[in-house]
Amino acid sequence: MNASSAPLHVEIHIPLQQFPLACTFEAQREVVVLFGASGAGKTSVLDSIAGFRTPIRGRITIGDRVVFCSENGINLPVRHRRVGYLSQQPALFPHLSVRQNVEYGLLDLPQAERDERVGAILERFRIAALASRRPAKISGGEQQRVALARTLVCEPELLLLDEPLSALDLGLKSLLLESLFDWQRERAVPMLYVTHDQSEAYSLSRRVLVLEKGHVVADGEPHRIFSAPFSRERAELSGYENIFDAAVEETHSALGTMTCRVMESNLMLEAPLANKTAGDAACLALRAGDILVATVCPTGISARNLLPGRIRVIEDRAGMVELRVQCGGTRGDAKGGVAQNKTQRTEFCVHVTRGALQNLALRAGQDVWLVIKTHSIQFLRS
Amino acid sequence: MTSPILLSLQLALVTSSLLLVIGLPVACWLAFTRFRLRFLVESVVALPIVLPPTVLGFYLLLEFGSRGWLGAFWQRFTGHTLAFSFEGLVFGSIIYSLPFAVQPFTSALASVDRRLLAASASLGASSMRTFWRITFPIAFPGIVTGFALSFAHTLGEFGVVLMLGGNIAGRTQTASIAIYDNVQMLDYPTAARQSITLLGISFALLVLINALNRKRNWRLQ
Repeated sequence: MNASSAPLHVEIHIPLQQFPLACTFEAQREVVVLFGASGAGKTSVLDSIAGFRTPIRGRITIGDRVVFCSENGINLPVRHRRVGYLSQQPALFPHLSVRQNVEYGLLDLPQAERDERVGAILERFRIAALASRRPAKISGGEQQRVALARTLVCEPELLLLDEPLSALDLGLKSLLLESLFDWQRERAVPMLYVTHDQSEAYSLSRRVLVLEKGHVVADGEPHRIFSAPFSRERAELSGYENIFDAAVEETHSALGTMTCRVMESNLMLEAPLANKTAGDAACLALRAGDILVATVCPTGISARNLLPGRIRVIEDRAGMVELRVQCGGTRGDAKGGVAQNKTQRTEFCVHVTRGALQNLALRAGQDVWLVIKTHSIQFLRS
Repeated sequence: MTSPILLSLQLALVTSSLLLVIGLPVACWLAFTRFRLRFLVESVVALPIVLPPTVLGFYLLLEFGSRGWLGAFWQRFTGHTLAFSFEGLVFGSIIYSLPFAVQPFTSALASVDRRLLAASASLGASSMRTFWRITFPIAFPGIVTGFALSFAHTLGEFGVVLMLGGNIAGRTQTASIAIYDNVQMLDYPTAARQSITLLGISFALLVLINALNRKRNWRLQ
């Protein structure tokens, strides 16, 4: 009856408010990243597997147990599914000590076995010293470690992680991830890890499922998935600050490039050659950190795009400075003054370091050159 | 013979204890149900707040009499009527003080973070275990508040007691009725003594509750 032998098999239909969620996938004893924008349905998928949400139709099996099957009217309650679920909030019980929190899932075991397992996991996650403290008295990173220990000590058959570490700083995060992956390798249980951070998806797993509007639109190795043309929605999500609608003006197959004109402007960009012909529409994406700024027009440089522009505004952000630079269009001070209709300035978002800002003495209103490599420009799926 | 003050304290203690038993399941249902007509039940529970005590007392008197359904049942069972008895006062007080217990219970239970309940379930706990180990301890201050409010409210009850209990010394003559009686008889010193005792007890109770809740909140933060 159970055709699939995968440790996790999911096939669910949920009519969400914005769109119908319908997705099917399987997972081996591996880490699978579930990647998608907020509102793509990732949490609904996890909630269905954990049993917090009932799909209208479908079938979910964990190991050889059918935990949900609409056809046979099977819907195992959350407490019997043996699924570990960890979200961004540690959700520790505030009135219990760290030890009591970790012990909570083992209350049916005899005291001796309970003590042994709790002791071992407290040691393993380096929280033994905190055992008698209340959650309010320990740091956010420690709280998340306790939550992880509390989940893992129950020996779940499947782990669901909903951006569990996004509230932590980088150092703590990698430390925790290491403990988590060690545990996963040891127990060899499937693990679904939800994130909307592309770099996290890269580093976590060799398999990424991309969820868009309730459907699995891609499934495979991260580098293959993220280099393929992707949607505008995902480009915005993955931190492409500059996204332009453009039209192909000319293709140069010998040079491996295409000239594209940004819509409603006279701005031309050299982009990598794609399967398009002159006149086709194209959507271009460009990261703010991939654009260089020069105060004079650079010469003897391989970059194919040298764009004159003017800094409109400078904003200090955490760790870097964001410039808004306007290019193209008809400048107020351009000689001739032939104002062309329908040509607008195109605004680029550029990130530079604070050091670069000081060194070049950049200020708002200054004329600068933007330097963009052809291959920094990504085509988006239309 | 039981003094009016002692009788009031007895009535209040029995009523608020029974309200703990009756009110908690009601509050649980109100806090967690997704039933669309929940507001109807809430309105029924809140009715004693707005109803004049004499009106409530009047209907209860009819019901508790030997012709009332409950009264007849009680009489067959115990041999005496429910009206004009201590048990009758307890019944009346439970209804009269119901909102003062159920409303704090409900808001305390509803304010328990749902993520904690979800975590408990995913750690394998049954709903009973989740209630007694997570929901109840976290909502405890609100439950104490409901207990204390229903106690204090019953302590000061007048209209319902007068309608239901008559004024039988030692059996149904509570402190507030005794005070009224003494004032009628121009015995001001006794009325004053009884009044200051009630005032003291009520105030001490509120101070105690607030202090307890404060200490607890401080510990959880």
